Amino acid sequence: MDLTLHVWRQSGPKDKGKLETYPAKGISPDMSFLEMLDEVNEELIKTGKSPIVFDHDCREGICGMCSQTINGKAHGGQDRTTVCQLHMRSFKDGDEIFIEPWRARAFPVIKDLIVDRTALDTIMQAGGYTSCHTGGVPDGNAHPIGKPVADYAMDAAECIGCGACVAGCPNSSAMLFTSAKVAQLAVLPQGKHEAMARVMNMTDTMQAAGFGNCTNHLECEASCPKGVSVKFIAKLNREYMKALVS
Amino acid sequence: MHLIQSTVGRKILMAVTGLLLVGFVTIHLLGNLSVFAGPDGINAYAVKLHSLGALVWVFRAAILALFVVHITFGVMLSMENSTATPSNYAIKSRMKTTFSSESMLYTGLILLAFLIYHLLHFTVQITNPEISAGTLPLDAAMRPDVFSMMVLSFQKVFISLVYIVGMIALFLHLSHGLSSFVQTFGLNNGPSLEKVTLGGKLVAVGFLLAYVAIPVLILARFVNI
Repeated sequence: MDLTLHVWRQSGPKDKGKLETYPAKGISPDMSFLEMLDEVNEELIKTGKSPIVFDHDCREGICGMCSQTINGKAHGGQDRTTVCQLHMRSFKDGDEIFIEPWRARAFPVIKDLIVDRTALDTIMQAGGYTSCHTGGVPDGNAHPIGKPVADYAMDAAECIGCGACVAGCPNSSAMLFTSAKVAQLAVLPQGKHEAMARVMNMTDTMQAAGFGNCTNHLECEASCPKGVSVKFIAKLNREYMKALVS
Repeated sequence: MHLIQSTVGRKILMAVTGLLLVGFVTIHLLGNLSVFAGPDGINAYAVKLHSLGALVWVFRAAILALFVVHITFGVMLSMENSTATPSNYAIKSRMKTTFSSESMLYTGLILLAFLIYHLLHFTVQITNPEISAGTLPLDAAMRPDVFSMMVLSFQKVFISLVYIVGMIALFLHLSHGLSSFVQTFGLNNGPSLEKVTLGGKLVAVGFLLAYVAIPVLILARFVNI
């Protein structure tokens, strides 16, 4: 396959940045999107140009590092797929592909396609944990949790913190990310006792970190490579109302 | 205090005031539809409404308060959201959001402009004083002739068009707003969202058809003096 790439190049946080065009020739349809970029980078290095800088780690679709907006869609827009699991067979020979970083005030660009997602960690630090005494490994069944509750919590815990929800959101809101953790911990016995402070602190921190407000566009759910549902945002709203009246 | 500062709190305020305003829009529609019962319908309704005296002003003050909260927070949240999104994608394709969701601020502002015109037209009666209930002779039962004011107004194409545009803005605003309310109130368990979204759109279409029927049927001379 021969493709034309339009890639965002930005030398640092202060640089204005611009799209540059590169050919990607002889690409195998079985390559992942990141492998395709590796090939393009090899060519760039050979010709003395600086390679395209992008984030990646596991390349198995579970780490949440790869973060690219491809043709205007976070992770390329394929259902429940991260960039590393997006394969070139989903493109056609001769396609033009636009590759941009996540764009949000809370995610400043570090270089090219890499953004600083520390703001998500800040939200986690505000309540994405349970305070409990550690010690020996607890008994497997010490906390009996019903199957539906366990499933619900696991669905919320599927979030890999990649930031696609923010990238897809027209308001750059991190509400889906925040709600996944709030909802997961709110239904579990270990998390319940801190649920009220958690929802307040995490949403306030999200706001202070420069993310926008959720206005129910539902783009986050469509952008999420793990299919995290906006029902968790509904749950977060319920938790907030509970905290407010108590 | 947290309610009026936090991101979720203000979203809830938008939803509550929005829903109460939908309640007002519903009562207002039912009253307006009495125009199809002729002068004995809407003129009698107007007399009844004004006989409530001070209660009318209590009601008006409450609606004004709802509008002030809804508009203030709506504009404030929109401004914050555009600050949070400083640079646009060279290419952006939307996956799930709709035109109505993306244009909430604009349809809201169109509705505000429409509301001001509507009040000047039918309440203060200064845009077309010659065909206002204040100038027209009383009807056969000695009531202010709201019926003739409406018919003579909507027989003018321009006035009808303003109302139709206003109601299209209302339709778009409610297409997002009604289902958005349900989500904000946490009444979504996942699978229900699709049905709620469809239901919200259908109710919005209902409002559009019912409201637009008034100028359209008058313009088409189905309703005449």
